[in-house]
Amino acid sequence: MSSKLSGRRRFLRDSAALVGLAAGVVPSAGAQMSPSEAPPKDSKDLIAYGERSHYVKSVRIPVMERMSPDDFGMTFHVLSPLQDSVGIITASSLHYVATHRGSYVPDINPQEHRLMIHGMVDRPLIFTVEELKRLPYVTRTHFLECSGNRAKATHKTVQQTHGMTSCCEWTGVPLSLLLKEAGVQSGASFIVAEGAETVKGATSIPLAKAMDDCLVCYGQNGEAVRPQHGFPLRLIVPGYEGIHNIKYLRRIKVVEQHYMTYNDYGHIAADSRVAALNRQIGPKSVITFPSGEQKLPGPGFYEITGLAWSGSGAIRSVDISIDGGQTWTPAELRSPAYPMAHTRFGFHWAWDGKECVIMSRSTDELGTVQPKRADIAKYWNQPNDSDLQIRGLDNSVFPWRVASDGSVHNGLA
Amino acid sequence: MGAFTMDSRNLLLLVMILGLSQISKAQSPTYGVGRTPTAEEIRAWDISIGTAGKELPPGHGTAKEGAEVFVRKTCSVCHGRTGSGSLAPTLIKSDGKPKSPHPCLTPCVNDSNVMALHAPFATTMWDYINRAMPLTKEGTLKPDEVYALTAFLLYKNGVIQEDEVMDPQSLPKVKMPNRDHVALAPEWKHGAPRLQGYP
Repeated sequence: MSSKLSGRRRFLRDSAALVGLAAGVVPSAGAQMSPSEAPPKDSKDLIAYGERSHYVKSVRIPVMERMSPDDFGMTFHVLSPLQDSVGIITASSLHYVATHRGSYVPDINPQEHRLMIHGMVDRPLIFTVEELKRLPYVTRTHFLECSGNRAKATHKTVQQTHGMTSCCEWTGVPLSLLLKEAGVQSGASFIVAEGAETVKGATSIPLAKAMDDCLVCYGQNGEAVRPQHGFPLRLIVPGYEGIHNIKYLRRIKVVEQHYMTYNDYGHIAADSRVAALNRQIGPKSVITFPSGEQKLPGPGFYEITGLAWSGSGAIRSVDISIDGGQTWTPAELRSPAYPMAHTRFGFHWAWDGKECVIMSRSTDELGTVQPKRADIAKYWNQPNDSDLQIRGLDNSVFPWRVASDGSVHNGLA
Repeated sequence: MGAFTMDSRNLLLLVMILGLSQISKAQSPTYGVGRTPTAEEIRAWDISIGTAGKELPPGHGTAKEGAEVFVRKTCSVCHGRTGSGSLAPTLIKSDGKPKSPHPCLTPCVNDSNVMALHAPFATTMWDYINRAMPLTKEGTLKPDEVYALTAFLLYKNGVIQEDEVMDPQSLPKVKMPNRDHVALAPEWKHGAPRLQGYP
């Protein structure tokens, strides 16, 4: 419509709108609105707590394997729309959700919630949420990732291949502070952390990790932790498999050895190498644009962008290949590279209109490079074919195939 | 030597005293926030059963009693009358050996994730049944019922005999089929790669 306006008429109209704004008057016929469309009245609810534009349709979806809510009304695994992501923070409403067997989101009154620390400590302690908030706190940006976040040939979009990772700003008390306050006794080597939901999910975490960088969080992205993510308290275990990040944290027991809880047992391995690869994610990355089921309108300039992260520290660099992994060129980091956090990368690309395979690979602060599937197959002495099952958490390089018509497809398919 | 100088031995002593006071400071509470739970509160909250079974409460149960509890507590509604083939995870293998030793991460409705065959310790079963079953009435089973259900599932999967009594002494000693096929990750260290030599 506005493109049909002559330059002079557009100038007059925009000027009138500006005058209206300058005078503190709501423009009745603003740039995007005809006189007949009266603006809807602002609602009291939205003044109190805002929401996104109804034009923005980006949503989470359940994993293919099991519906959420399921037949019992429980949530299982729900994927974050990485194809629409910008920057490095996942909106809390779009953060992936995973529960081990399927769970209801509990309705916990924070006034009644307590965190107990006991076991091999000199002084067992019990805290209210308000008491925890009196203690020194830190704010850090960390990703979470579910062990089920592994690309399959049947997946179409990046939401399906990689949507069980998200990244938030988390605020809370260092777990080490609470453990020191309780006084850990010699001989202790693990903690068991437990949630308050109906199944009381619990995992065993090495004491060394608990004393290193774990956080007991009440804040997520500038507000209280959301119920789907553990309100009122969530344990954040940076870089570890998602299941260790206990929601609705109610109890920490300091113990002498690994406790083999139900959640631990669900992910056991027969080989200690696989157990190590299960525990912590290596350097990983994925291109979020262009990605599966998106379409490039034609040859020309595009900005390849995506996310990189590592469970071992900060991302140092990201490389891009536009020829299926034969040659690699450094991408630019477009965000701060925080330890154990999503890091945004960008890459100028002039697409020539020919079919090609694009991929990214990241390198973390330890110098570890994200492995190709072929490297992983070689390590385990297995053929690199479509049957290759990646042992431990999957951080393999992932390809997107751009067809000559501009359509983008899963490169594993 | 003046009154305010000291020889190196005194300096060393002073450093040691300061060092000790730092240690003792680190071992006493700094903030004094929170309160000490009562022994009863800890007992009520502590539902963690370690692999040694030292937290197991008094009680006992047999497979025969467990079969009865399985019906009475309507476990069969979700897990199937025979312990398999329904919506919830398979509890009793339907035929032969489990198809895969891998844990089931998705719907879990198959033979590959039968807990009595896959769990390396019987304590894991006791702990989970006690804390997380039955659905919507979690945590309501009595210790005898949990011992009986554990015995029932162990017996039905061929791990123990029908007349074996499960109690705080016998349960941790059950030799589980998967006991020797489980490895823990090596010690975790800050700044170490997750697995040395892995690409």
